[in-house]
Amino acid sequence: MSAREPGEIMTEVRALDIERVSHAYGARRALDDVSFAVPVGSFAVLLGLNGAGKSTLLSLVTRLFAVRHGRIRIFGHDVEREPGEALRRLGVVFQARTLDLDLSVRQNLAYHAALHGIGRRRARARADQVLAEAGLADRAGDKARNLSGGQMRRLEIARALLHEPRLLVLDEPTVGLDIKARADILAHVRSLVAAGVAVLWTTHLVDEVAADDAVIVLHRGRVLAHRPAADLVRETGATDIRSAFERLTRAADGDLAA
Amino acid sequence: MKVANDTRRGFTAAQYAICFSGIVWREGLRFLQQRERFLSALVRPLVWLFIFAAGFRQVLGVSIIPPYETYVLYEEYITPGLVAMIQLFNGMQSSLAMVYDREMGNMRTLLVSPLPRWYLLACKLFAGTAVSVLQVYAFLAVAWFWEIRPPPLGYFAVLPALILSGLMLGALGMMLSSLIKQLENFAGVMNFIIFPMFFASSALYPLWRVRESSTLLYDICNLNPFTHAVELIRFALYARIEWVALAVVCGCAIAFMLAAILAYDPARGFMTRRGGPGGGA
Repeated sequence: MSAREPGEIMTEVRALDIERVSHAYGARRALDDVSFAVPVGSFAVLLGLNGAGKSTLLSLVTRLFAVRHGRIRIFGHDVEREPGEALRRLGVVFQARTLDLDLSVRQNLAYHAALHGIGRRRARARADQVLAEAGLADRAGDKARNLSGGQMRRLEIARALLHEPRLLVLDEPTVGLDIKARADILAHVRSLVAAGVAVLWTTHLVDEVAADDAVIVLHRGRVLAHRPAADLVRETGATDIRSAFERLTRAADGDLAA
Repeated sequence: MKVANDTRRGFTAAQYAICFSGIVWREGLRFLQQRERFLSALVRPLVWLFIFAAGFRQVLGVSIIPPYETYVLYEEYITPGLVAMIQLFNGMQSSLAMVYDREMGNMRTLLVSPLPRWYLLACKLFAGTAVSVLQVYAFLAVAWFWEIRPPPLGYFAVLPALILSGLMLGALGMMLSSLIKQLENFAGVMNFIIFPMFFASSALYPLWRVRESSTLLYDICNLNPFTHAVELIRFALYARIEWVALAVVCGCAIAFMLAAILAYDPARGFMTRRGGPGGGA
């Protein structure tokens, strides 16, 4: 799969490029000079405690909030200047459930397809495909409210992939799910990388990080580290990613207190 | 899943049309599935027609005023007002749904669509209007059995008037929802908007009667865009055009819609929950 797009032959295009982004809620600063990139076809984990600024950052990436300080580009398209081109390459799974519970599984997908301007025949074919991949083919006619929590999440991921995005961002997608459902969803999303989809997986659960994942540690609105998990463990002198994360955040809190 | 090399750029007119029909389809489907909403939308004007109008028939006389060519029963006079009331409530209810969707997250699905945000909000507005037109025709069908029978041509002629007034009232609701931070605040706005708009209009009594009691109230009624929506519908039901009402309704629809789109900020509900500006308001 080529990472290059027309007009951008000379520059390296990343799936997601966040450059010096800051955001505040009134006087409270939620993000402070955040920069990192997610390469094409890679799996990156945005790791941070509750309130670290993860959801705020994703709201900026998805253009729910306006980017007032800094730049966010999706495959080279600035989300403020070319929102249409940026958003059509982006699939999103929000932390809060966004399914229409009164509609069936297939109707939820049909609505999403329409929002992306996908015609009926193509939408139906894509719906069959993503439902099969998500293991929900036999639930197509059921109302969304009759699905289990894990199935709803899988449906949201299927919906996010319907329009064939090249970047998928997920905001704490496993919150509230049991261990098996969490593992299933994580495995399913990891398998997408092989197909060429770049993934930004946002979580506060360190056990979802694999050794070769690129990890971006976000703490109190600032990026503390951005490197492979194994390197992070080695550099902090920790034994695993959990203790590496704790050392990093504790040190940052100490710096702030000092 | 294999991701193809992505060279997509721009959107075709067909894609815009697919998006529009998808939003209208979803709104219609939700409305038909929520039977209570359909029934309550129908019961409200019917209560006014069957009880209020019947009770006041002897008290409130209506002289011969355009578009009527003879004396009409009070029930017949207030029918256009009740039609506009259906659209007013529907416009506000659609807005309530937008505030709810924004707070519950469903609105995000719409807003991350790559099509322009103004277009998505306009589609949402048209979808709400389409639902209100369905409600109006259901009401007119029941009213027919109550011997409220405008000329057959009026049932067709009223359609464009319903679309215009539905857009105006829906855009007003959307503008209000754009300015509201939280779901709880909406109830107050309903009381401050719906009731004053409805009662300070020609929906229940002709304006010449209002002028007899208060010229100030008469002026207020004349400035009320809802009065013009009522008159547009009243004349259209009798296959006539009231040009002033048409101009006011069109102008207000455009102004409210522009204001709603400019004021719309999806961060508003989110910020409130996060304790940002206006948090806890």
